[in-house]
Amino acid sequence: MESEILGSMIEVRFHGRGGQGAVVASNILAEAGFLEGKEVSAFPFFGVERRGAPVTAYTRVSDRKIRIKSGIYAPDFVIVMDPTLVKAVNVVEGLKPEGLVLVNTKENADSLRRGLGITGEQKVATIDATGIAIKHRLGSKAAPIVNSSVLGAFARASGLVKLESLVSSIRHNVPVKLDENTAAAKEAFESVVMQ
Amino acid sequence: MKIMMTGNYASAYGAMAAKAEVVAAYPITPQTSIVEKIATLVSSGEMKCQYVKVESEHSAMAACISASQTGARAYTASSAHGLTLMHELLIWASGARTPVVMSNVNRAMGPPWSVWADQHDTMAQRDTGWMQVYCDSNQEVLDSIIMAYKVGERADIMLPSMIIEDAFILSHTMEPVDYPDPELVEGYLPSFDPRFRLDVDEPYGFGSLVMPNWYMEFRFKINEAMEKTRGAILEAEKEFEETFGRSYGGLMDFYKCEDADAVLVLAGTVASTAKHVADKLRSDGKKVGVARLRCFRPFPYDEVRQLAKMTNIIGVCDRSYTFGHWGPMATEVKGALYGLADVPTVKNYIMGLGGKDLTPEVLEKVFVKTLQLKDTGLDTEIEWIGVTGHGGW
Amino acid sequence: MSREELKKEFKTFEDLPLTPITSVPSSANQTGGWKTFRPVLDKEKCIKCHICWKFCPDVSIKAKEDEFPEFDYDHCKGCGICAYECPKDAIEMILEEESQ
Repeated sequence: MESEILGSMIEVRFHGRGGQGAVVASNILAEAGFLEGKEVSAFPFFGVERRGAPVTAYTRVSDRKIRIKSGIYAPDFVIVMDPTLVKAVNVVEGLKPEGLVLVNTKENADSLRRGLGITGEQKVATIDATGIAIKHRLGSKAAPIVNSSVLGAFARASGLVKLESLVSSIRHNVPVKLDENTAAAKEAFESVVMQ
Repeated sequence: MKIMMTGNYASAYGAMAAKAEVVAAYPITPQTSIVEKIATLVSSGEMKCQYVKVESEHSAMAACISASQTGARAYTASSAHGLTLMHELLIWASGARTPVVMSNVNRAMGPPWSVWADQHDTMAQRDTGWMQVYCDSNQEVLDSIIMAYKVGERADIMLPSMIIEDAFILSHTMEPVDYPDPELVEGYLPSFDPRFRLDVDEPYGFGSLVMPNWYMEFRFKINEAMEKTRGAILEAEKEFEETFGRSYGGLMDFYKCEDADAVLVLAGTVASTAKHVADKLRSDGKKVGVARLRCFRPFPYDEVRQLAKMTNIIGVCDRSYTFGHWGPMATEVKGALYGLADVPTVKNYIMGLGGKDLTPEVLEKVFVKTLQLKDTGLDTEIEWIGVTGHGGW
Repeated sequence: MSREELKKEFKTFEDLPLTPITSVPSSANQTGGWKTFRPVLDKEKCIKCHICWKFCPDVSIKAKEDEFPEFDYDHCKGCGICAYECPKDAIEMILEEESQ
């Protein structure tokens, strides 16, 4: 939403499975915005978090102080960290008419569009974040840590934050394998496919 | 130094910045990361305090009271069922004149079981003699803890405070927060130095029996102290602003109320969302304002009367309810207006119980309903907002 | 309200009973999906003392007399208390995803 009075605020929703790092991803994105001098907030969906169950997390980035303290229902961007969620959850619910959804998947954007129920002006971007994460040995094959890759792709697809800010934020927020996470983010930044 | 932190971490860092010396710890969702973070800060050596693990919230308050009575700055945190478990000792803490500071995460009471935001837990403690401060940002949480010790530890006050943050909306939400320079805090907040304390070299007993001929006099003294807090809170905030550059509007924070046709009175994060909505409505030509109730105790009696001069229509939004009467905030606002020649129309809204989300859309509806009273007059004393199957929701 | 009267779908507040009432026990909630680690028993070391059963906070260990304890993985949340309390170190906590 944008207006002279209210400023320009972007709302992002992350979909992941418990344990995949969706909440950390929402925090990393917020901090990247913060490092660029923006006003930010990040929060998980406040339900019972459990491993394997769908989790949503949210980030707000704005040029003005963020006074809205309720949930996000009409995101500008949706990020889907696990391809299996597309069938399990309506990941594009509420996505703004001109919004963009980024999906971690090997599937191509056209067939994905149909699967997601995307309409009109809404855009799709895809990235094989799982492949990139495994290549950089992040997490295990069974449970790769995709958040840095997904975020790298998101930075490019959305233009919401610069790659350098994202990398600084990643390095500040991940507990181990700083260089591998950085490399994964950069690779994903270069390889995201925008429709 | 600004860093991203949740409201719970802001509480933990607030206790650290204020140099709490004894922390009694007992976990309860959604406060747990406060005491967990303090444990981490203590074990890393960043925070120097006695960390006392207790077996219940009742014991947590007992430990804080007795620690405070030895002259130590005491801190704890709780929420909902934990806070209500402490009820007996909350009254003890104020009766014993111990300036304990406690973070409370506003969480709904069960049954139905809930972990989400509402204000019933703290509203139910309004008679305990504690100062109560409702925050709407993580920065305010951190800063208010420091100010609470400053006010509470004054020799002419000596009263405890609870610093209140909404469950999840602040407690688990990351916001940028400035951690104040310890040297500046040192200058702002002197060390705790009560005249009478538990001390083997100068022994005293505390809390003894008092016959009817003197009991009331002790209560009168607490009343005097609580009345002093009104001015003390404003002074402490003024000095805080001079030292750190931040302030929060004192007991009641007025936002665009001066020429408003209608004002909503709210406490907690919903007040922040309401300010956003007020701006949107103002840009549409609707003259609305937000009076954020920051201190519920002491009750902002003078400020409410000031508000009555600014506007003719007030919508008081309670995020709790006292069955059998109006919502607690509405009851007290109306009480404060009693006796005025020109009393504004006051309507009570009950909203957001059990964490029901208070979105800009919902608040806009409430503002519009309140503005309409200008033409219709008061339609009903209380309106419940968002109850599925009631009132059009 | 009889079992039949308790509704399963609620359209308005009027459809609710006076207070939350469930007609199924909480074991219907398969909390086993929550765990990151699962307990695994080494039968060579186990002496069937059933201390693990006594300590499990989630009633997720079944222990018949003179038999090895069995873990109820549908409900076990993987807290690890059983492994901690076992006097013979007969219980190991292994990563859930590695056990699949």
